Amino acid sequence: MGNIQLKKVNKSFGATQVIPGIDLTINEGEFVVFVGPSGCGKSTLLRLIAGLEDTTSGTIEIDGKDVTGEAPAKRKLAMVFQSYALYPHMSVRKNIAFPLKMAKMPQDAIDRKVDDAARVLNLTNYLERRPGQLSGGQRQRVAIGRAIVREPSAFLFDEPLSNLDAALRGNMRLEISELHHQLKTTMIYVTHDQVEAMTMADKIVVLNAGNIEQVGSPMELYHKPDNIFVAGFIGSPKMNLIAGDIAKPYGAATIGVRPEHLGISKTEGTWSGIAGVTEHLGSDTFIHVKTDKAGVITVRAPGETDIRFDDKVYLTPDAARVHKFDDRGLAIR
Amino acid sequence: MARAVSTRRTAAVTVAAWAIALLIFFPILYTIITSFKSEQEAIQGFNLIPSFTLESYFDVQSQYNYFRPFLNSVILALGSTVLALIVAVPAAWSMAFAPTRRTKDILMWMLSTKMMPAVAVLFPIYMIFRDLGLLDSRIGLTIMLMLINLPIVVWMLYTYFREIPGEILEAARMDGASLWNEIYYVLLPMAVPGIASTMLLNIILAWNEAFWTIRLTTTNAAPLTTFITSFSSPQGLFWAKLSAASTLAIAPILIMGWFSQKQLVRGLTFGAVK
Amino acid sequence: MATQQTRSLARAMLAPSVGLLLIWMAVPLALTLWFSFQQYNPLNPIRDGFVGFSNYLLFFNNPAFLWSILNTLTIVASVLAITLVGGILLALLLDQPMWGQGIVRILVISPFFVMPPVAALVWKNMIMHAQYGVISDLLRSVGLSPIDWFGRFPLLSIIIIVAWQWLPFATLILLTALQSLDGEQKEAAEMDGANFFNRFIYLTLPHLARAITVVVLIQTIFLLSVYAEILVTTNGGPGYASTNLPFLVAQKATLEFKIGQASAGGIIAVILANIVAFFAMRAVGKNLDR
Repeated sequence: MGNIQLKKVNKSFGATQVIPGIDLTINEGEFVVFVGPSGCGKSTLLRLIAGLEDTTSGTIEIDGKDVTGEAPAKRKLAMVFQSYALYPHMSVRKNIAFPLKMAKMPQDAIDRKVDDAARVLNLTNYLERRPGQLSGGQRQRVAIGRAIVREPSAFLFDEPLSNLDAALRGNMRLEISELHHQLKTTMIYVTHDQVEAMTMADKIVVLNAGNIEQVGSPMELYHKPDNIFVAGFIGSPKMNLIAGDIAKPYGAATIGVRPEHLGISKTEGTWSGIAGVTEHLGSDTFIHVKTDKAGVITVRAPGETDIRFDDKVYLTPDAARVHKFDDRGLAIR
Repeated sequence: MARAVSTRRTAAVTVAAWAIALLIFFPILYTIITSFKSEQEAIQGFNLIPSFTLESYFDVQSQYNYFRPFLNSVILALGSTVLALIVAVPAAWSMAFAPTRRTKDILMWMLSTKMMPAVAVLFPIYMIFRDLGLLDSRIGLTIMLMLINLPIVVWMLYTYFREIPGEILEAARMDGASLWNEIYYVLLPMAVPGIASTMLLNIILAWNEAFWTIRLTTTNAAPLTTFITSFSSPQGLFWAKLSAASTLAIAPILIMGWFSQKQLVRGLTFGAVK
Repeated sequence: MATQQTRSLARAMLAPSVGLLLIWMAVPLALTLWFSFQQYNPLNPIRDGFVGFSNYLLFFNNPAFLWSILNTLTIVASVLAITLVGGILLALLLDQPMWGQGIVRILVISPFFVMPPVAALVWKNMIMHAQYGVISDLLRSVGLSPIDWFGRFPLLSIIIIVAWQWLPFATLILLTALQSLDGEQKEAAEMDGANFFNRFIYLTLPHLARAITVVVLIQTIFLLSVYAEILVTTNGGPGYASTNLPFLVAQKATLEFKIGQASAGGIIAVILANIVAFFAMRAVGKNLDR
């Protein structure tokens, strides 16, 4: 249950081709994250899987069955929308019960399932309230509850945490991951936030302008990006990418080294420069160094570092962690 | 943007505004006052205090059977509204939630039909009604009023439907709702305020329509517009009764109008003013 | 956002409205066009038959026709002028802080909801009546003689009645637009040294430009078809002094049974309305693009 296959899926809106042709396999029980910048097609891809949009060509199979022409309801998928899309005129109970009512389940079975879901999600005290009377996090849970009771083959999440404030987002991230471990159902999660992708995914699909740049586990993408785009997208702060003369000795058109893989010292090192803006986060310090030959490089230093603005500093990259890219932007291994 | 405004300025503004408002409202006010006078009182000259007699109201009913045109107005207003909704709700749904490249053109074309002068089709309509036996019939006039106001009803519903987040309907679809379930359980409940506003506006427009109702009815289906028009020949000595009839004719719509200012702006400016 | 299934259903749901309006527009209009090229008198059918453009020529040569066009345009222009100027001034006044604003608004918008026959009769009998009307009483009380409004100033009387009915509409629209003017903009202008008059000219008026356009266009559409007020008060007279195009056409059709001429007049009314509608649709269309 929950195995999804996309074969040469192509989506065009009129003359604009948004997704040029994608092959993708999602295995049963996986937590897959579609991540990429705005407009990369990740939401479109999700909606194609959900059945809310028609494919222009290509097939979508769920558990071996071709569902390409089927209505959303028949695909046994559940979706959690970015704005939660709760029914404002129904109580929480009726919201969660709605899909079961549409499936013509008997009322006592419905009540049981709603109560179960409410218990799992801590909503039991809010069952008679309306969405308008709930906080953002509670509404989020109602949306999830509505999805859970359907016992779908897979859950689809469309940027569910974007509307929450930072603290709440952290909590909900944990809750959703916990949910995944509990239910063991396939989950497809769309986000533009690479932190969410890294922390929650079994498998990340990085999308750019409708194309899949790379598919892999978070660590694979972190340690072995296939191209410059993925290298620059994954990891925060961004990987430093340096082209030109500095890259030539490495036999590459561009080299990349992450801020956390550079050593900084006031006395000696490979690249010299002047320290610019220094961002103190407490746990770490990020220093933007204007190097003499390599442009502006971001370095991670310990929280207690004494390096200040305008200090003369030296940077040393960790040789084993330097990424090399050819002139087409692809990784050289 | 609250700022302290001098009380003197507020007072001056208040006096000016009330004076002008009362001046504008005066004809209506005086009509209501006169309706509570007897006929002799009514022609005795300017007098703001009536004797509060109801005899004119009773006379209007007993001498002219006022109830009948009143009932006709109600039937026509409500009937054309319900008819318009039945046709317009699906149309507005279609344009709001499944728009095509032609949707805007169709909408504009619909609005343009409202701009056709009634006289241009007066005779053919009269002829068609006569041949179909619809002259002076409630059904005929209900259909007529529905057609006249259909563009506005569709337009208003369209704007209200567009304010419903599409994602909620998609959620219903994902939840397994068929199209009809989607409309019945989700769309309509959320659209109730919008539908009510549209109904209100349509009732007002239908009640006050003073061309087709006059030209296509005589006695049976004559609503208040026709009824009042029949008193236009100079006949003196019935002003109290005329005031009573007028007050009854305008009272329901006045009250509705007071509550539908926003809808009026939305409906009659075709959304161009927010 | 829609899939194939919703799309075909959507077309079916749109069909009744479009169909009804199409029939309602096309069939009668086509008939009128046909009639306009006919001589047709139901009471006297002997001379019926195709007559080409002669109905239009008759219409154009008829002094009643020329008067009716002139009066139509006069009514539209005058009422527009009165309601726009009055509407802006009233809107400005109502936008100020005052006590009892809600009730003031209700009083001001009331005339719009009075059905035209009642409005006309109330003005004719209560206010403007030469013997018993309020204005006559007022004039007499200061020693002036009463005015026979409908006898001496028939068109003006109609204009006053119609303007009274439409002033609330203009005021309401303009007031709504006025209240959407960002308060911060006004404050910024004040800090930039603009006094009330300057703020009005450079800030308020341009902001209102759109609303004014809408008021002009919507009102014109309706003002071109003023009918009941004339029917109930002057009946187009004295002579043709207060006859407008709709009234003339209706008269030709229902009283004189000159269907051919009436139809020609109807077509001319359509042309007139189309000119206005062209500009109206442009303004509305821009709004639909949002």
